[in-house]
Amino acid sequence: MTHHEYDVVIVGAGGAGMRAALESSQRSRTAVLTKLYPTRSHTGAAQGGMAAALANVEDDSAEWHVFDTVKGGDYLVDQDAAEILCHEAIDAVLDLEKMGLPFNRTPDGKVDQRRFGGHTRNHGEAAVRRSCYSADRTGHMILQTLYQQCIKQEVEFFNEYYVLDLILDSDPQAAAPGEDVAVAGVVALELSTGEIHTFRAKSVIFATGGAGKVFKTTSNAHTLTGDGMGIALGAGLPLEDMEFFQFHPTGLAGLGILLSEAARGEGGILRNSTGERFMERYAPTIKDLAPRDMVARAMANEVREGRGCGPHKDYVLLDLTHLEPAHIDEKLPDITEFARTYLGVEPYTEPVPVYPTAHYAMGGIPTNVRGEVLRNNTDVVKGLYAAGECACVSVHGANRLGTNSLLDINVFGRRAGIAAAEYAASVSEAPAFPDDADTRVRTMVETLLSTVGGTGTERVADVRRALQETMDRNVQVFRDAGTLEEAKGVVAQLKERYKDVAIHDRGKRFNTDLLEAVELQFLLEIAEVVVEGALERRESRGGHYREDFPTRDDENFLHHTMAYASADGVRLDTKPVVITKYPPMERKY
Amino acid sequence: MTATAESPTAGEVATMRVELQVLRMNPEGTHERKAGESYWDFFVVEAHPTDRVLDALHKIKWEHDGSLAFRRSCAHGVCGSDAMRINARNRLACKTLLKDLNPARPIKIEPIKGLPVEKDLIVDMEPFFASYREIMPFLMTSGAAPARERLQSPEERARYDDTTKCIMCAACTTACPVFWTDGQYFGPQAIVGAHRFIFDSRDEGQWDRLEVLNDKAGVWKCRTAFNCTEACPRGIEVTKAISEVKKALTTGEI
Repeated sequence: MTHHEYDVVIVGAGGAGMRAALESSQRSRTAVLTKLYPTRSHTGAAQGGMAAALANVEDDSAEWHVFDTVKGGDYLVDQDAAEILCHEAIDAVLDLEKMGLPFNRTPDGKVDQRRFGGHTRNHGEAAVRRSCYSADRTGHMILQTLYQQCIKQEVEFFNEYYVLDLILDSDPQAAAPGEDVAVAGVVALELSTGEIHTFRAKSVIFATGGAGKVFKTTSNAHTLTGDGMGIALGAGLPLEDMEFFQFHPTGLAGLGILLSEAARGEGGILRNSTGERFMERYAPTIKDLAPRDMVARAMANEVREGRGCGPHKDYVLLDLTHLEPAHIDEKLPDITEFARTYLGVEPYTEPVPVYPTAHYAMGGIPTNVRGEVLRNNTDVVKGLYAAGECACVSVHGANRLGTNSLLDINVFGRRAGIAAAEYAASVSEAPAFPDDADTRVRTMVETLLSTVGGTGTERVADVRRALQETMDRNVQVFRDAGTLEEAKGVVAQLKERYKDVAIHDRGKRFNTDLLEAVELQFLLEIAEVVVEGALERRESRGGHYREDFPTRDDENFLHHTMAYASADGVRLDTKPVVITKYPPMERKY
Repeated sequence: MTATAESPTAGEVATMRVELQVLRMNPEGTHERKAGESYWDFFVVEAHPTDRVLDALHKIKWEHDGSLAFRRSCAHGVCGSDAMRINARNRLACKTLLKDLNPARPIKIEPIKGLPVEKDLIVDMEPFFASYREIMPFLMTSGAAPARERLQSPEERARYDDTTKCIMCAACTTACPVFWTDGQYFGPQAIVGAHRFIFDSRDEGQWDRLEVLNDKAGVWKCRTAFNCTEACPRGIEVTKAISEVKKALTTGEI
C-alpha cells in the first residue's frame, strides 16, 4: 500500500473533473485520479453544443434560458441553481474560447450558435439559437481543450487509478443534524499493478460521470457504471432523484449510439412508417425540437401504436435527406459517419433508423450550488464536493435540456474546484486518516478474487446482461407498478447471484475482469435506487413516465427524492424543490 | 418512406463463426506461460457480421477467458481507447465491423507496435502522451484577453479543422515505421497536435512549437510513408498536416 497526501483530490477526469482541476490546482496541491486516461472520458462523446445566451446570432437572454431549463425539467429544477447555470453560462463559453476551444464561427467571427430542443425565445415563442458548438464534436473539443490546459498548468494526474472508497471522519447517518462530518480522503486501486493506494486530502471532488450501463440500450461508454454514485451511497450518503433518467430520442436503432439532437437543430425531421412528421401532433409549436423526454415518448408511442419502421416496426426514422450534403458535412460529420459505419445507411439519401437510448442521469449525489455534498436535506459533508453527471444540484430536474450538460460540467466543475481549494486553504489539516482505511477495499478485492477457481459459478457478464435487459424492458420510457415490481424482483435476485460471481483472471496487473465485477456491484446498487424511486413516484414528470399515473401531481410529488442505503434496503425521503420565479405551469410546446 | 436498414436487433441476421488469433502476454505468467512471454491464443466465437471486432473481443472476455486484457470505453470511435493491430493494420476495434474483414481467415489481433506491451493488448501509453506534451499543445497568446471572444473568421477556423478531430488513439504514431525503429521521434500524432495550434489564427506560439518540431526528433524524421494517414480512424490527412508543418519550417510562412 502506498499513501499520498494532497490538499484536493479530484476523482474523475472528464469535463467536470478537469474544469475543477484547472481552478483547484492554481490554488492548492491537487491530484486528479481517473480510472481511464483523461482524454477517454465520455465528455468527449457529447456532440451538439453548450448552451449560453450569448445572443451572437439572434436576440436571447439568460433569463429565457432559465425559464426553458425550469420548464424543460418539468418544474423539478432548483431554480436558484438554474439561475446560476444560465447566467454563468456566458462566461463559461467565453472562458473556453479563450482557452482555445475551436468553436464554429459566424461570418463576423463570433462564436456561432444553433437551435436545440427546448431552448426558446421569450418563454416558448419559437426555437432560439443558443447552442455554442464545434461541428458535432463539441464535447470532444471541450475535453481536449481542458486537457490541454491541464497540461499547461501541469496538473498532476493519476491515470488508471480506480477509486473504490471514500473515507469520512464519521458515519454520516449516525451523526446528529448539524454535527460536523468531514472528508478524510479516498482509497484507489492502481490498475496497472493491482496495488492499493490511499489518498488523504482536505477536500475531495467527485466528478465520476454517469451510470448509463444500468441499461442495455445506451449512448454511454462501457465505463459509465455509476462508480462515484455507488461509493457515495455505500458511504452513507444519499442519492437524489435517481428515478429520472433521460432517454435520448435518437440513438442508432438497435445500438444506442448517439445521434445528436443537433441533427434536428439543423433541420432534421422524425418520421414514422407512413412518412408522417409525427412530432407535429405531440408538440405543435416546436415539433422535432421539443424536449427529449417528450420526443422519446412520442417515438416509443409511434412504435407501440404500430407506426414503427423496419421489418419489426421497432424504430422510427431521422430524415436528413432534404439537407444539402455540404451542410451535413460541415455541421454533422461525425454522426452521419456513425450511420454509415454501423448501420450502412447513407444519410444524404436515406433516412436513419433511430430509437430512444438511455443517455443521462438527471439525479446523482446531492449538492448545493457551491458543489458541497449534502448528507441530508440541509447538512453538508465538510470538504466533499461533486460536479457533473454524478452530481445533482439540481439544474436538470426531471428532464435535462440538450446542451445543458456541457454547460453544467463547466459551471459547476469550476465552482466545485474553487470551493474545494478555498476550503482546503481554510483548514490546517485533513481529519486523521485511519490506519485501516484500506480495509473495505482490500476486503472487497480479496473476496472477489477468492472465488477464483473456488465456489464462484456466476459470470459477471451474465448477471450484468440480465440487469440491463430487465432495466430496458421494465424501467425505460414507459413504466408502471407492474414493470417496476418485476424489475425490483430481478434486481434483488441478481444481487444474490452477484455474491457468487467468479473472477477468472488470477493476476494483479490490469485485472480488468476484477474491474468489471466491481463496476457491476455499483450498477446493481444504482439500479435498485432507480427502481425504488420510480415505484414511489406515483406520477409522471419529465423523463419519468408512469402509465398508471400519467399526469404530473404537484400536490403530492413536487419534491426531490432522497434515497439512502440501509440495512433493510433503500430508504426514501423527500426534499423540497427551490422555486424562485417560476411556479409550476402546464408544460406544452 | 421506407426503412432501408435492417434492424440489427432481434437476431434476424444470421450469426457466423469467427476465428480470432490474439497476440497475448501476461506479465505475471499463467499456468502454461512464463511471465512476459508472448504467444498466440486462438478463439472461436459466434457473432453477427455487423458486430464490431470489439464485440468479438468482449465475447471472448465475457464467455471464454476473463483474463484477456484490452482497453475500451465509448465503443463508437470517439474516445481513442481501443486502437490495435487488426490483420496487420492499425484500427479501432470499435470501428471495425467483422463483415469488413476477410471471413476466410482468422482475424489477427495484436497490440499497437512501438510502445511497451503491459498485458495482452494493453500498451504503455506514457511515451506517446509525453511526446504530445512536448509540443506545448495549448493556446499561447500575449497581451490582455479581450472581454468577449477572440474573433476568428470561418475561413481561419477551417484552416485547422482537420487536426482538431484527433482523439489521441495512437493509431497513426504506432503505424509509423520511423517511430518503430527510432526511439527519439515524436511521431505523427504530436505533429498533428502541433498543427492544430500552429495554424490557429488566435495562437502566437507557433514559432516556439515549430522550433520543437525542427529538432532532430521532429518533423524531418518523417519519410512520408503515408501509414499514418491510412491508419487514422478519424480520417485526418496526417501526412498532409506534416507536410504543412515542414513547409512552414522551410518557407518561414504560416
